[in-house]
Amino acid sequence: MDLVLIFISAAIVNNFVLSYFLGICPFLGVSNKLDKALSMGAATTFVLVLSAAVTWLINNLLLIPNNLPFLQYVSFIIVIASLVQFVEMFMRKFTPPLYRSLGIYLPLITTNCAILGLALLSALRNYNFSQSVVFGLAAGVGFTLALCIMAGIREELDLAPIPEPFKGAPITLIVAGLLALAFMGFAGLISG
Amino acid sequence: MKKGLMFEFLKGLWDESPTFRQLLGMCPTLAVTTSIINGFSMGIATSFVLLCSSVIVSLLRSVIPKEVRIAAYVVIIAAFVTVADLYLKANFAGISKALGPFVPLIVVNCIILGRAEAFASKNGIVPAFVDGLGMGLGFTIALTVIGAIREVLGSGMLGEPWVIMILPSGAFITLGLLIALMNVIKDKTRARPAPACPLACPGCSPGGVS
Repeated sequence: MDLVLIFISAAIVNNFVLSYFLGICPFLGVSNKLDKALSMGAATTFVLVLSAAVTWLINNLLLIPNNLPFLQYVSFIIVIASLVQFVEMFMRKFTPPLYRSLGIYLPLITTNCAILGLALLSALRNYNFSQSVVFGLAAGVGFTLALCIMAGIREELDLAPIPEPFKGAPITLIVAGLLALAFMGFAGLISG
Repeated sequence: MKKGLMFEFLKGLWDESPTFRQLLGMCPTLAVTTSIINGFSMGIATSFVLLCSSVIVSLLRSVIPKEVRIAAYVVIIAAFVTVADLYLKANFAGISKALGPFVPLIVVNCIILGRAEAFASKNGIVPAFVDGLGMGLGFTIALTVIGAIREVLGSGMLGEPWVIMILPSGAFITLGLLIALMNVIKDKTRARPAPACPLACPGCSPGGVS
C-alpha cells in the first residue's frame, strides 16, 4: 500500500516536472514531437530506475556506514554519469535496435536534474530499497506522461496563430503553466 | 583587452542572459523563486559555484584530457556545490531548508557546465572569472526579479493575493511572460530571432556529454 502511494504521489500528484520542476531542460527541448518525447521518456525512466537502485546502495552501504554523507553529491553524480555511459555501451553492444531509437537521448540524461534530484530526494526521505526503486519508476512514468502531453499540445500549437514575441519558449512555458494547474486537480487524491 | 573584459561581463547581463536568452538553469529558476530572498540566495549560491568552477576549469584546461573533460568538470562543480551547501547549512539554516534539494542540484545546472565547456575551457583565468561574474550576476538578477514578481503578486501586497503566483504554474507563466517581454524589447532595439532551443547548451547537447 505504501508503495502504491509513493507511485501515485510521484507520478501524478507531485509530478516531477510540473510540481518539482525536475527535468525541465528536456521537457522544453524534446517535447516538440510525440515519438521523440516517448523515446526520451522511456530512456529516462530506464536510467531513473537503475540509478535509484545504485545510488541507494552507494548511500546506504558505503557512505552512511563510513560516515561520509558529505561525499553524497560528488559520488552520486559520478555514479549517474558512469551509469549512463555504461547503459549506452551495453545497449550498443547487445540491443542495437533499442540503441538506435534511444541512443541519442542517453547522453542528455546525465544533465537531467530529475536523476540527481531523485537520488537526493530518496536519501532525504530515508526510503528503503524497494521504496526508492518504485519512486524512480514513478518519477519516470510521471516524466514521460508530462513530456507526452506537452508534445501532443505542441504539435497542435505549430498550426496556431501565436503572437510573434510568444513564439518558441514563452508559449511553451505558459502551456506548461496551464498544465501544472490542471495537474493540481489531483492534489486531493493523497493527503500529505 | 579592457573592452573585451567589459564585453564578457556585460553579455551575461543582457545579450546572453542565461535565464531569459539561453534558457539555461530552468529548474532552479522555476522552483525556488517563490520569494525574493529564495531567488536571491539561489542566485548567489549558483554564482559562487560558477565563479569557482570557471576559475578552476580555466586553470586546469591544459591538464584535463579532452575525453574525460565533462566528467572532470562535473566533479569540480560537485565539490564546490558541497562547499556551498555546507556553508548554507551552517550559517543560513532557514534558507538552506527553503531551497531544499535545489542547492545540491546546482551540480546539474546547465549554466555552470555550459560556461565551463563553452568559455572557461578555452580562455585564460581573468576572462573566465569575468565571464563567470557576469553570468552569475545575470542569473541572480533574473531569479530575484522573478522572485519579486511572484512574491509581490502572490502574497497580496497589492490587494487581493494571486495564490497562483506562489504555485508551480505561476512560475511557468511568469517566466513565459517575462521572456515574451524580453523578445518584444529585443525586437524593438534590434531585429533578432527568438532564443534557440534550450538544448543548444553544450551541457545538454547530444555531442556535449560523451
